[in-house]
Amino acid sequence: MSTHTLSVLVENKPGVLARVSGLFSRRGFNIESLAVGPTEHPDVSRMTIVVAVEELPLEQVTKQLNKLVNVIKIVELEPSVAVQRELLLVKVRADATVRSQVLETVQLFRAKVVDVSPEALTIEATGTHDKIEALLRMLEPYGVREMVQSGMVAIGRGPRSITATAVR
Amino acid sequence: MTSATSRPSAAAANPATAHAPRPKPAPPTGTPVRVTGAQSLVRSLEAVGAEIVFGIPGGTILPAYDPLLDSTKVRHVLVRHEQGAGHAATGYAQATGKVGVCMATSGPGATNLVTPLADANMDSVPVVAITGQQTRALIGTDAFQEADICGITMPVTKHNFLVTDPADIPRTIAEAFHLAKTGRPGPVLVDIPKDVLQELTSFSWPPELRLPGYRPTTRPHGKQVREAAKLIRAAKRPVLYVGGGVIKAEASPELLELAELTGIPVVTTLMARGAFPDSHRQNLGMPGMHGTVPAVGAMQSSDLLIALGARFDDRVTGALDSFAPHAQVVHADIDPAEISKNRRADVPIVGDCKEIITELIAAVQAEAEPAQDLAPWWATIDEWRRTFPLGYEWPEDGTLSPQYVIERIGAIAGPDAVYTAGVGQHQMWAAQHIRYENPRTWLNSGGLGTMGYSVPAAMGAKFGRPDAVVWAIDGDGCFQMTNQELATCAIEGAPIKVAVINNGNLGMVRQWQNLFYSERYSQTDLGTHKHRIPDFTLLAEALGCAGLRCETKEDVDSVIQRAMEINDRPVVIDFVVGKDAQVWPMVASGTGNSEIMAARGIRPLFDE
Repeated sequence: MSTHTLSVLVENKPGVLARVSGLFSRRGFNIESLAVGPTEHPDVSRMTIVVAVEELPLEQVTKQLNKLVNVIKIVELEPSVAVQRELLLVKVRADATVRSQVLETVQLFRAKVVDVSPEALTIEATGTHDKIEALLRMLEPYGVREMVQSGMVAIGRGPRSITATAVR
Repeated sequence: MTSATSRPSAAAANPATAHAPRPKPAPPTGTPVRVTGAQSLVRSLEAVGAEIVFGIPGGTILPAYDPLLDSTKVRHVLVRHEQGAGHAATGYAQATGKVGVCMATSGPGATNLVTPLADANMDSVPVVAITGQQTRALIGTDAFQEADICGITMPVTKHNFLVTDPADIPRTIAEAFHLAKTGRPGPVLVDIPKDVLQELTSFSWPPELRLPGYRPTTRPHGKQVREAAKLIRAAKRPVLYVGGGVIKAEASPELLELAELTGIPVVTTLMARGAFPDSHRQNLGMPGMHGTVPAVGAMQSSDLLIALGARFDDRVTGALDSFAPHAQVVHADIDPAEISKNRRADVPIVGDCKEIITELIAAVQAEAEPAQDLAPWWATIDEWRRTFPLGYEWPEDGTLSPQYVIERIGAIAGPDAVYTAGVGQHQMWAAQHIRYENPRTWLNSGGLGTMGYSVPAAMGAKFGRPDAVVWAIDGDGCFQMTNQELATCAIEGAPIKVAVINNGNLGMVRQWQNLFYSERYSQTDLGTHKHRIPDFTLLAEALGCAGLRCETKEDVDSVIQRAMEINDRPVVIDFVVGKDAQVWPMVASGTGNSEIMAARGIRPLFDE
């Protein structure tokens, strides 16, 4: 199994997410992460889907996705030629005795403190999957009280745009 | 006497019809006119060319039925169950090549359409279903007769729409028909809330389609076609593996030309029976689980499969890892997702089969290399044909042979008739023992295997082709699922002929119990023999049909002749046949095609 990142341009219409996620589940593919949001075109939304799948089934799932009427374009973004980011919000136990150590970790990872209370810090971090994981490993010993993570979003490097040719 | 084209006199005498104002014809250009959503729907159906709608009214779809009463272009056929409406639309579409239309109300009306929609989806049949929906404000509140039919049918339709603005009705209907009939055809559902049908809106035609993500490829890639032609010229044991896509693309004449140009043997799948004449020397018959030995053997021994509009279904390939082990594959289909889905294609060609075959003919003719001599290949195939012809044995207990009955229907009704079938033994026998010469004369439920398909599909076919003789070859199990549509046929004027191949059992299940479950017949005896419940002739009479019965070989021809002479109402023949007849040849589920048994205990060997 290898991980693939698909950027899927879809019509911004109700029910499209259900069509896409339903297709994955009924064809037996597991979505590792999925993020949806608007694009520079009001009629077009963009999904970033991360799937762990072999090459041949990936071809099949891409073809099946392409058959969905609301799907406009699918591009696989290779990690080497794309910027990939995830967002993490994590609430870490940090009373006066350990707060400075936690803050040091936050600085090391170029993360940010977005909320403070006497016994906890809420930290915001963005980065690749590996960076987020590394940060979490460092924070775990202090006690993670709560965390939330976004799906991955990705964009190709260089001047070219995948939406430019897809949307007229 | 009524015919399928004439409206019943009862409807003509309806005072509402007589006094209602006729709608003005839609303006030829896009000048908008003020109408209700319901009127907009009916005008859209008229504008898109729908001739007939099969359906049942109910609470939320009621507004649409009011202007429908006045339409002079769209005929509505009131069915007895929405499943019948869906299969009738499918049968109509398969027999004519046009889009079939069915209509139902929200909730149970809509959910009753799910089976025929799934059926049409599996067999790529162009169908548009229009369903009423609860008013917009009530959607999501578990209101009376509310069902999320868009959510429910998402995996079993090509696409579906929930219309939330009456102004979108013309465009949505136009898009639904466009999606249903272009590319790989399929069912499309349009769900319209009641208040959207009631609201005032403007209607103009033609609307502009907005389908930015829908661009089916119809023109094949020239390089791929030339690659395919090269392989065809070089092949020593090629087979043309023809699927239902050839019928959908209306490509039978081109297929005949390609086959005769190259001399390559042809196999026609269950969905492609009739795409290539059975009388043609090059036709080896049907491949697959119950295919002929020559068809299955030719594919297994082939060095080149040229798949045209076929999808390497498991019922054709058997165990995939041992399917056609020496063959290279040229796979031509309009749906790119079918190519290399089950079997890797060496030369993939995406496009419309008619265009592909036309270009293939030109490419093969342009090929400089001379073709291989296929005589040794034909000698092998002809040896299989001599040794393992398609046949059947008379039941040892002296009961009537079901295969004989079906063979005689085919012989007497001839190749110009349209045949539909349910699902099971009778379906396989009808695919094997009727000689099909023309496309769109064999309609059945191939992919989904929907029992109960044949009677409503035959009804739809008869409305689509009123001058054709339409035979529904049915089983006693299937027939009891949808026979209520015979009332529709009798009242609305669709004099179809139904042959109930009554073996008193769920025959195909019984065959598997006989072969694989130690003859333990669990829940397969329907009692139609033991108790004669129901009595099919009495049931037929009760439904307004002629009811005939045949129990002996001697009577078969005369009863079929009698049925052929009755044209003022539907006919049902109860053919009481033996319960032990089996469908052969057979490839047992899960085994490879080389394990095919020509008959019980007889296994051909294909190894050269």
